[in-house]
Amino acid sequence: MSQNSLRVVWVYPDLLSTYGDQGNVLVLERRARQRRLDVQRVDIRSDQPIPTSGDIYLIGGGEDRPQRLAAERLRRDGGLNRAVANGAIVFSVCAGYQILGHEFINDLGQREQGLGLLDVISTRGEGERCVGDVLADIDEPLGLPPLTGFENHQGITHLGPTARPFARVRYGNGNGTGDGFEGAYNDTVFGTYMHGPVMARNPHISDMLIKLALDVNALPPVDDRWYEALRAERIAAATQSA
Amino acid sequence: MAGNSGPLSPRAKLAVTAGKAAAAVSRAAGRGSGSVIGGKVALKLDPDLLARLATHLDVVLVSATNGKTTTTRLIAEALRASGPVVSNALGANMPAGITSALAGGSDARYGVIEVDEKYLAGVARDVSPKAIALLNLSRDQLDRAAETRMLAEKWREGLAGSKAVIIANADDPLIVWAASSSPNVVWVAAGQEWKDDAWSCPSCGGVMQRPGDDWFCGECGFRRPTPSWALSGDYVLDPHGSAWPIHLQLPGRANKANATTSAAVAATFGVPPQVALERMYQVQAVAGRFDVVQFLGRDIRLLLAKNPAGWLETFSLIDGPPAPVILAVNARGADGTDTSWLWDVDYPRLAGHPIFVIGDRKLDLAVRLEVAGLDFRVCETVDEAVQQCPPGKIELIANYTAFQDVRRRVGN
Ligand SMILES: [Zn+2]
Repeated sequence: MSQNSLRVVWVYPDLLSTYGDQGNVLVLERRARQRRLDVQRVDIRSDQPIPTSGDIYLIGGGEDRPQRLAAERLRRDGGLNRAVANGAIVFSVCAGYQILGHEFINDLGQREQGLGLLDVISTRGEGERCVGDVLADIDEPLGLPPLTGFENHQGITHLGPTARPFARVRYGNGNGTGDGFEGAYNDTVFGTYMHGPVMARNPHISDMLIKLALDVNALPPVDDRWYEALRAERIAAATQSA
Repeated sequence: MAGNSGPLSPRAKLAVTAGKAAAAVSRAAGRGSGSVIGGKVALKLDPDLLARLATHLDVVLVSATNGKTTTTRLIAEALRASGPVVSNALGANMPAGITSALAGGSDARYGVIEVDEKYLAGVARDVSPKAIALLNLSRDQLDRAAETRMLAEKWREGLAGSKAVIIANADDPLIVWAASSSPNVVWVAAGQEWKDDAWSCPSCGGVMQRPGDDWFCGECGFRRPTPSWALSGDYVLDPHGSAWPIHLQLPGRANKANATTSAAVAATFGVPPQVALERMYQVQAVAGRFDVVQFLGRDIRLLLAKNPAGWLETFSLIDGPPAPVILAVNARGADGTDTSWLWDVDYPRLAGHPIFVIGDRKLDLAVRLEVAGLDFRVCETVDEAVQQCPPGKIELIANYTAFQDVRRRVGN
């Protein structure tokens, strides 16, 4: 990975881009360019091979059937697993998060094998869909301010011993397991249920990914005025709706 | 003409009366037109009322994610050339609102009915329509709407046994999937600018190929049917190859598409395209949409856009820069509470316009525009936004409840 360029791969926008997931790509791209990085963004449709030379891979949310199709095609392709073995960073949301785990429940009600990049297993909740604003504290070693997001999922995700919770919820459901965990991560692979999209509400997450990719400790500051205003409003909303 | 009051059973008559009384009470209490509450009361007393009210009407159903209210209005205008029409013109499009609308049209020959996407199959079963117009399907209200393809699947199952003529958009793969179970389809090339809900084949899940205006699945052979009607520039092409000029007061490509579909519907009832299109010209605004109102010395055009596909069509009809644009976004129940969809809207198209942002979720929109690299100003109220625009025309685009808020304030 060179110091002034960044290859961002958006995985399967034809299948996993239902919840404004392009937003994460756009925020990451914008903030990298504001740091004068040479950003190459590659959108990979599900009939194309996944390149293994990317620095950061983003995978979004989708409906149940496209989620199954995406898992089938990613397993067959194998490129994402090879990229992670080479040290690539992956950030995944909702359906994409479930695909990175060992297994999830597909649209046919069957157990579908995931990519095994995160030590998690997802099932489907019996109760009401988790919908609403979430406020959570991001796992301390990551050193990030509180997580604000919008959750909109039926899935429940259980963490295995080698996955760390990405955050612990103060308001909202997160992984839906009742232990207060939200998302999961392990080394360079991240998963979350948060929409919003999550990087629009938490630009520090995209900065963290950029820093990981460049292997640097700090980035030049950018104007975060509107992000901060939105964060304050949504954090207050999560607190009040509880 | 006896209309449809004659064949009603005593129970149905009572239900209609009770519904009207409830509607009157609701109106008196200042709760809107009362059509929905009236319909609810009536349907409770007689669950078959909707079917019975429709018995003596030639019914047309209209459903879609976008454009159904406008198209319902255009079809109603066109069919009035041939007889009296009853219609749920105000957009109350679930069974209670539909029942209420039909109960008010005892002398009508035609019922032109907008139906919410989720209720289409059920209403089609109840009212035995002569024609069903299907315009488009795309993502909408992410926090509670059914999945788009599931919706198409439900339509497909529900319409399989229908005797209605289905007038369907050949350019939307999901619509084609939904309609092609029916034996009697009239395909209309009505266009669909938004493509991001149909990259995956609704039949087999294969990746859709979309060269130019065509589309097909490379894996299972599901492909765009040959249309018999088409929108071509400012003309409707009919099945005989004749071109009829579209003259509308309503702006934009999407409304020309709505007019094309409406002309095809009218033709199935024997109304020729020329007559139908002339009558459509009468429509100036639909429930406030496309209306131009004077406010604080400016002319504001009110545009409703509820989802990414709707915003895309709206951007293509507004005046170019330097026309100022006011954007208003809420996320209340009727809008869907998940604002993530803002990131699917192609806001960079507004480059060069002065942009003003209002509404409950103006900060979500501010971040969206900042990331798009656009200049914009965030305002507290519509008044403040309007006052920052020079005298002249303003384009105001709002999602559902934001649109209602604006209408109330600007006196439309
Ligand atoms: Zn196919």
